[in-house]
Amino acid sequence: MIDFFQTLGHSVLSSFAKLGRSCFFLLQILAGILTVIPRPRLLTKQLYSVGVLSFLIICISGFFVGMVLGLQGFYILSDFGAEETLGVMVAASLVRELGPVVAALLFAGRAGSALTAEIGLMKATEQLSGMEMMAIDPIKRIIAPRFLAGFISMPLLAALFSSIGVIGGQIVGVGLLGVDDGAYWSQMQSTLDFQEDIINGVIKSIVFGFIVSWIALFEGYDAVPTSEGVSRATTRTVVNSAFAILGLDFILTALMFGDI
Amino acid sequence: MENSVSSDKDIISIQNLTFSRGHRKIFDNISLGIRRGKVTAIMGPSGTGKTTLLKLIGGQLYPEQGQIFVRRQNVHQLKRADLYNLRKRMGMLFQSGALLTDINVYDNVALPLREHTALNESMIRTLVLMKLHAVGLRGARDLMPGELSGGMARRVALARAIALDPTMIMYDEPFTGQDPISLGVLVKLIKELNDTLGLTSIIVSHDVEETLGIADYIYVLSEGKIAGHGTPEQISNSGSEWVQQFLKGNADGPVHFHYPADDYNNDLFQ
Amino acid sequence: MQNSKTQETLVGLFVACGITALFFMAMQISNLGSFGDENVYTIRANFDNSGGLKVKSPITIAGVRVGRVSEITLDKDEFVSVVKMNIDARYKLPADTSASIYTAGLLGEQYISLDPGGSEELLAENDVMDITSSAVILEELIGKFFTENESE
Repeated sequence: MIDFFQTLGHSVLSSFAKLGRSCFFLLQILAGILTVIPRPRLLTKQLYSVGVLSFLIICISGFFVGMVLGLQGFYILSDFGAEETLGVMVAASLVRELGPVVAALLFAGRAGSALTAEIGLMKATEQLSGMEMMAIDPIKRIIAPRFLAGFISMPLLAALFSSIGVIGGQIVGVGLLGVDDGAYWSQMQSTLDFQEDIINGVIKSIVFGFIVSWIALFEGYDAVPTSEGVSRATTRTVVNSAFAILGLDFILTALMFGDI
Repeated sequence: MENSVSSDKDIISIQNLTFSRGHRKIFDNISLGIRRGKVTAIMGPSGTGKTTLLKLIGGQLYPEQGQIFVRRQNVHQLKRADLYNLRKRMGMLFQSGALLTDINVYDNVALPLREHTALNESMIRTLVLMKLHAVGLRGARDLMPGELSGGMARRVALARAIALDPTMIMYDEPFTGQDPISLGVLVKLIKELNDTLGLTSIIVSHDVEETLGIADYIYVLSEGKIAGHGTPEQISNSGSEWVQQFLKGNADGPVHFHYPADDYNNDLFQ
Repeated sequence: MQNSKTQETLVGLFVACGITALFFMAMQISNLGSFGDENVYTIRANFDNSGGLKVKSPITIAGVRVGRVSEITLDKDEFVSVVKMNIDARYKLPADTSASIYTAGLLGEQYISLDPGGSEELLAENDVMDITSSAVILEELIGKFFTENESE
């Protein structure tokens, strides 16, 4: 029994310690970001591996999610004779929720895990340590550009996801199921508000980009530098990112769309 | 022999250092000095914390007790900027080479120059090629680290370590896992660099033969203590049973062949 | 080095696509593209009951959107709903235009339909429309239907 409390206390304490380390780490990144700006080359390289390489999976997923929304939405709405509002349904679900959330989940799986593995392996092969000994701060040289790239890529990827999803919904709804094209777009445009829907959706994706990049880089940086440690850290990145994305999404939704 | 511990000629002086990892004491109140311009070797079996010692000297780890002075500066009381300035004067060769895997050999060697100097690209090119030439790998400049053999990676890392013309270099297990030819190349390089550039070299190793061959002074560590120190001859003739076992690689001696366990017979027939 | 050029190009393409998507969302999906708020004029109408009408509900003439509701308040003296609406400046409305609140479909959202009259005079900024018909409240309608049936 005492053992149980001891382990419990130990794990609580160590998770607080980890939280503290991660906050300190974030502060260091934020301080390091300014040093990236005069060196756009570092950023381009990371935008490539974080953004461009996630492009395809985001576009394809967005397209299919939009098509499914078009199909399901049509079946339900046609029961009420409200097929004309299909555009509203597809666009609102994508722009408000699915775009930022699903894109962020895919981003965590595609780019986040890769970031963790990369940083973890750099740690395991003493590359980070080696840089420190060369008086080069790895946070500035390695971590900060990756963080910035994640932060920039996420809103762009989420916007791509939503836009392509809306087009996917249109192809199914208008092209296959015969919803009026004008109604699809005009209902959407009259119902969705720029400020309330688009901006809030973009804010969500920016927050998710921040969180996922933070978690991924921290898990890599904090990983036990062995192959087992790195693989565990990669798993933790995906799991913790998913929790953080979904939890924050609820909070953000309540703040943005609720009457709080 | 005792007078060799910290004197004015020392570039590094370690005083009463204690460091533990978990419950295990890695260093238990040790003091040692490293002479300027000499090759000093720190030897001991695996797990005696030789790499840890280098990281302590580089200021990457903090000791529990004791001080480490590098060029009369207390490493662990320096401000970050001063510590980084100090590190520019220290080269370190990691066991794995620690080359950045996403850039090629040329860019790896150029990295410290680009980070720390305001030289233009053509100057950097000249310097990088000079350093690569010194380790015999000028022709390998376009290869990626993944394409190098272990020995070549270590040589590139050596070129990178001397890019900023440091006053001292720390070698972490430079001889481990090398074939005889790369071993010979590395031994030659370390000796040459030390003699021609007037560097101070610290070699951490458990390869007896090579280390005895190039070191000017040797410390042998065991279980957190200094088991013996002196010139290679003094060490070879050391009266300490433990040092003799280490040098000759006997399977049994003061370090037992068997990991501590219950009595064998009791264990089998319990 | 030769692939760092391609890398840069691809990154440029990616960022351009992303920004296009953001632009697409703003202009094509939301109401930002329909028309700005600058070229509008405001008119008012008093309704006995504005029902489920909301700020930003559409205003149409003959089914074409001409503006949207900008504010709904209660007149404290008369206890009527005062609806302010922004009308696209391109559309000039006669002074005797009437406003009715309708529902799009059986369960759809409510909107204002304007029915222009024949007057020569035009509605100007902050004018009030006199002829209005309130929202149809479904429950009232059903209630009325039942009481009428019972009285028969």
